Amino acid sequence: MTKSTNIVEFKHVQKSYDGEELVVKDLNLDVERGEFLTLLGPSGSGKTTVLMMLAGFEVPTHGELLLNGKPINSVPPHKRGIGMVFQNYALFPHMTVGENLRFPLDVRKISRAEADKKVQKALDMVRLGDFGNRRPAQLSGGQQQRVAVARALVFDPELVLMDEPLGALDKNLREEMQFEIKHIHETLGVSVVYVTHDQSEALTMSNRIAVFDQGIIQQLASPSDLYERPDNAFVAYFIGENNRLRGRVKEHSGESCTVELENQGGSIKALNVNTGGQGSPTTLSLRPERVSVNPENGEVPNVFEAEVQELIYLGDHIRTRVKVCGNDEFIIKIPNAHGHAVIKKGESVRIGWAMEDCRALDA
Amino acid sequence: MAQAEATLPASGSASTGAPSTALTTADGTPLKVSIRRAMRRNKLLAFGLTLPLLLFITFSFLMPIFEMTFNSVDNRPVANTLHRSAAALQSWDGQGLPSEAVYAAMAEDLKQAAEERSIGRVATRLNYQESGMRSVMMGSARMIERHEPPWKEALIDINAAWGEGSTWRLIKRESGAITFSYYLNAVDMTYADDGSIVAQPEWRQIYVKLFWRTAWMSILITALCLVLGFPIAYLLANLPSRHANLLMILVLLPFWTSLLVRTSSWIVMLQNEGVLNDLMVWIGVISDDGRIQMVYNRIGTLVAMTQILLPFMILPLYSVMKGISPSYMRAARSLGANPLVAFWRVYVPQTLAGVGAGGILVFILAIGYYITPALVGGQSGQLISNYIAYHMQQSLNWGLAASIGTILLAGVMVLYLIYNRLVGIDKMKLG
Repeated sequence: MTKSTNIVEFKHVQKSYDGEELVVKDLNLDVERGEFLTLLGPSGSGKTTVLMMLAGFEVPTHGELLLNGKPINSVPPHKRGIGMVFQNYALFPHMTVGENLRFPLDVRKISRAEADKKVQKALDMVRLGDFGNRRPAQLSGGQQQRVAVARALVFDPELVLMDEPLGALDKNLREEMQFEIKHIHETLGVSVVYVTHDQSEALTMSNRIAVFDQGIIQQLASPSDLYERPDNAFVAYFIGENNRLRGRVKEHSGESCTVELENQGGSIKALNVNTGGQGSPTTLSLRPERVSVNPENGEVPNVFEAEVQELIYLGDHIRTRVKVCGNDEFIIKIPNAHGHAVIKKGESVRIGWAMEDCRALDA
Repeated sequence: MAQAEATLPASGSASTGAPSTALTTADGTPLKVSIRRAMRRNKLLAFGLTLPLLLFITFSFLMPIFEMTFNSVDNRPVANTLHRSAAALQSWDGQGLPSEAVYAAMAEDLKQAAEERSIGRVATRLNYQESGMRSVMMGSARMIERHEPPWKEALIDINAAWGEGSTWRLIKRESGAITFSYYLNAVDMTYADDGSIVAQPEWRQIYVKLFWRTAWMSILITALCLVLGFPIAYLLANLPSRHANLLMILVLLPFWTSLLVRTSSWIVMLQNEGVLNDLMVWIGVISDDGRIQMVYNRIGTLVAMTQILLPFMILPLYSVMKGISPSYMRAARSLGANPLVAFWRVYVPQTLAGVGAGGILVFILAIGYYITPALVGGQSGQLISNYIAYHMQQSLNWGLAASIGTILLAGVMVLYLIYNRLVGIDKMKLG
């Protein structure tokens, strides 16, 4: 039998803890072999529950879970052969680093010589070759993190789960580790299911991202699709920064539509992505970096007069808050490039954006 | 800039830059002195707050312990009362009988002791070493007034024991200001007539056996507490807090009940006509005349003490287990260990500090336990502490009681040291 391309399949999986509320509602998700899939969402969105069901620590209330095409609903965690990295690393404090790595090999009754080789290889992989005799408590946070990754990989699992593994690290170390984990994933070709609530982490590392909210996958797409083409208002809001304008669809034709903003904010030409048709309420989503200052006449269909409220200097760009279309929380990012537009607080400027960059989503 | 200069001392040594000697405050006082000065108030306050307890402990705990320990070697009553004889016996070589001078000194001592009524304690004390010495001493003190020198003949006339070298050797041995006879007695040893240390005759040997029995019972009780307490502590640490709180109350309930009540209720439960026997007869497990003796023996002590000491095992275990994140077990299982292996190789080793703390606590409490074995122990369930109490209250041999107590205290100290070396005393905490 040839191996299916999907290493994991969730089929109509539901999960409830109390019998009153579904934490995961009808989940259908395929994880492709060798991909790095991130479950991203705010806390309480059900993403960790999904991971725990996959690891075998939670039982689905309904539905089927397939690993390599075989149902694993009733397979206990230790027989699933899935590596896992925990939020607090869960390195065994009474064992040395080497013994920690040897543990999964010991319980698999792998011969001593081979275990030694595998442990050393795994330690070398995370650049901790000489740390085998240390106790976890003697390592820094980043080193402990790397040991945890090595331990999850030392028994050559096909699938590794990671539950917010970088949450406890400081920003610089986190970015370094993101790169390192991504690198390991690419080198080993192992499938990774990664849980995080940090969108930049998800965008940096993943092949695909499943955005969770209220127990439902809101959108499953590649990082660039997710950022540039969000399907709904939640995804647009959750991934990256975006300006939101509320209004009603006045008319629509094919891809485009005209939206009448609330509070007499004017009307805007937008990409009709996810609206209920004419007359329905909609949220317009517009990335701050897609707004141009002083556009040439006729260059873009949407041009408005904006009043500059606040300027925040951030080095690589200048964050500008303006009042436009009755909305004074409108953000524009002006790149700090050579010869960029110089504007001052209190001034009035012309701003504009293309129809394609302004996505009309659900209300 | 002016401030920076002021922080340097006037002498040129500042330029060497040795921070420990050179640092001063702006007005030139050494930094350490001014820190001490600043902290003094706080230190005094802290000391003042602990002073009442300190005094209380000193007077009610430390001083009695020192006095007790001293009692175990104190021989001043004998040494003071027989001080002339003791001095005269110094030059005696222990062969044959001592000279007339020694007899004269003894006669003087006996006369004075009879007048001062201090002979009783001396007689009792010497009787511990050699039965019969009490009547020798008491009788001689009573009769000595009616006799004349030469004292050698007079004393031998009063009691033939004065004509035996062994009597004098005993007095020579036991008239120093301190004695180790109590300690020897406490380990079933004694001085032979020639001054060498020998075992007590078999029929007088009880304490070594008792020490072993006490240690063995304490180990057994500790083991029982561990076996019974470990699952409860695990439940306590892992149940949702609503259930855990209820369970915790059940664990602590015994603390709120009088020790005497708990012990007595075990008598009601375990005695021949008690609840448990009645139940077994009723079910038909045993016949009416086959009732099992479960109280006033070792079983009674074991059962009652295990129940009473159980919380001291559960609480330290619980406090350690509470700190073990469930993710360790999950990690172990995700790495391929079945639940049993995960528990044994990952969970249990992390509870060892709690096992050590609970074990040492229960063992130390058990080794000195008194009330429970006294009430439910019968003859075979008595522990060493019951004999300490016996010598304190019945036989009034305080020296022996003190030496047994001191040996017990030393044993406990050694255990603490071992525990501290292995686990660390700072790991011991309740809840």
